[in-house]
Amino acid sequence: MKKSLIHRLVQAVIVLIGVVLLIFVMLRIVPGNPIETMMGEHADAATVARMTAEMGLDQPLHIQFFRYISSAFRGDFGTSYSLGKPVSQLIGSAFVNTLILALFAALFAWVAGIGCGILSAVHKNRLPDRLFMGFSILGISLPVFMAAMFLQYIFGFCLHWLPISGTERWTGFILPSIALGWNSAGQVAQMTRTALLETLQEDYIDTARAKGRSPSGVLVHHALRNAMLPVLTMMTIQFSGLLSGAVITETVFSINGVGRLMVQAISGRDIPLLQGTALLATAVVIFGSLLADVLYSVLDPRVRKEG
Amino acid sequence: MLKAKRKQVEQAADLRLQSQIGEQERFRDQLRRMARENKTAVVSFFVIVILMLAAILAPLLTPYEENEMDLLHRLQPPSAEHLLGTDEGGRDVLTRLLFGARVSLLIGVAPALLSLILGALLGAAAGYRGGMTDTVIMRIADVTLAFPSMLLAMVIMYSLGGGIFNVFLTLTLVNWANVARIVRSQTLKLRSDEFVEAARVTGVPDRTILRRHILPNCLPTLLVLFTLNIPAAILTESSLSFLGLGIQPPNASWGLMINTGRQYLYNAPWLCFAPGAAIMLIVLSFNFLGNGLLDVLDPRMKKQ
Repeated sequence: MKKSLIHRLVQAVIVLIGVVLLIFVMLRIVPGNPIETMMGEHADAATVARMTAEMGLDQPLHIQFFRYISSAFRGDFGTSYSLGKPVSQLIGSAFVNTLILALFAALFAWVAGIGCGILSAVHKNRLPDRLFMGFSILGISLPVFMAAMFLQYIFGFCLHWLPISGTERWTGFILPSIALGWNSAGQVAQMTRTALLETLQEDYIDTARAKGRSPSGVLVHHALRNAMLPVLTMMTIQFSGLLSGAVITETVFSINGVGRLMVQAISGRDIPLLQGTALLATAVVIFGSLLADVLYSVLDPRVRKEG
Repeated sequence: MLKAKRKQVEQAADLRLQSQIGEQERFRDQLRRMARENKTAVVSFFVIVILMLAAILAPLLTPYEENEMDLLHRLQPPSAEHLLGTDEGGRDVLTRLLFGARVSLLIGVAPALLSLILGALLGAAAGYRGGMTDTVIMRIADVTLAFPSMLLAMVIMYSLGGGIFNVFLTLTLVNWANVARIVRSQTLKLRSDEFVEAARVTGVPDRTILRRHILPNCLPTLLVLFTLNIPAAILTESSLSFLGLGIQPPNASWGLMINTGRQYLYNAPWLCFAPGAAIMLIVLSFNFLGNGLLDVLDPRMKKQ
């Protein structure tokens, strides 16, 4: 178990370095000097040359890369071209908003998803099942921006119940969280339903029933405990997905999070900022799936003994 | 494609290999059975065909031109003349929707096909050759899969710039790794199978073995992957275009229409909701069809 954990950790770090390299190379095959693009057509050549040297952009690519890696280990991700502040500081303040959004979205997704999943499994092929599974398929097929705009239009514009955008008040997080979490809720609901239906066919469920346990007792103590294992791992992966996938939700609802920072970085052709945000989002996903594996092996005694 | 979905496909494909090998006929029969039994999948299939026909026949179906401006009739609500209203330039929304379907469908199908071919070739090579080839290809695939797909697409689009061709390329680069992973694991299992070993012993060249014995056995799995990669590509394209990073005007894609319509959400909501509903319909149809095919692929489903 310990050995495989260390193995996985090393693997995760290697993949992460690969990711940095990939981002680094992709952002630098863009033709043209980024400084020139940033300063516009009228910049004089001497200033451009001075700034290029200052930022180390005249060095060969591999030297730039090692410089970036070594300063990244010290928590220095460079300075944003367009906003003039250290990237780590910009990301730090944006990350708080993204984290709140992701937490709310996850809460919505899990409560709604598990609830609907259980009800669907219990009432298999009857009205609640069809209704909830319809909703979950809708959630999976609806693009996030459509869900977001739909919620804005109905609850913000027509009914005036909740703010349309901005996060000055905490209620501003409600609509974005639902928009972001809907998709995950659909996935959780389907997974819960499938896992629970599979578990309900196991022999030990029949045994429990034969022993005279009440139907709800069987469901909660025997079936759910085992059915929740795969759902739990998926939820861990999902949470990291929510953290890194809020680009569109943040744009539609004007929330100053990491995703919006990324869109700003792209439109401002701001390489350090884009690099930092992309790296953060990917790192979250990589370590999220690592955590999911660990969690799974801790919770499932069969896997625990094998490792 | 979702990670959970990929695992499901992989599992189904593995089980299929264990239970039967080289039974092309069976898969065809199974498809026929699905056509009789799975109503949702059949309806979805026809919805897709109708949408494709509508996209191809767009100029015949509408009296308006794609970019025909009419500034006297801007932002009109749906009426008998303009069934889905008009946009900020007085253009007929239904017409734009039909022409936009060409771009959106093409961008779903073409990159899904390209990433399928690329992924299948690389995956088969990695699984069959093993060693260094395997390590290099699969490490690149790991790195690609580590990215959230939207984020990877954004970074690639940043370095390539907007436009249809670059969207094709980006979506291919985002989706190939899924396919490669599954084809590799299938190839590994097939390679040690007796009929492949028999072929190798009798001196059949590697390339022929791959073409005749390994890839044909992956076909059912590839069909499922193809069907499920299409909606993923359509969603990613529409998200990119929504952010202004994908298709560039004057080309109309559904995502781009929503992007421009967003400014008028409160006085002309049909500008957003019409293309939004179109995206949902097509994605839903492909997902239903894909899930139906996945059930066919999965031998566990036969009993039910």
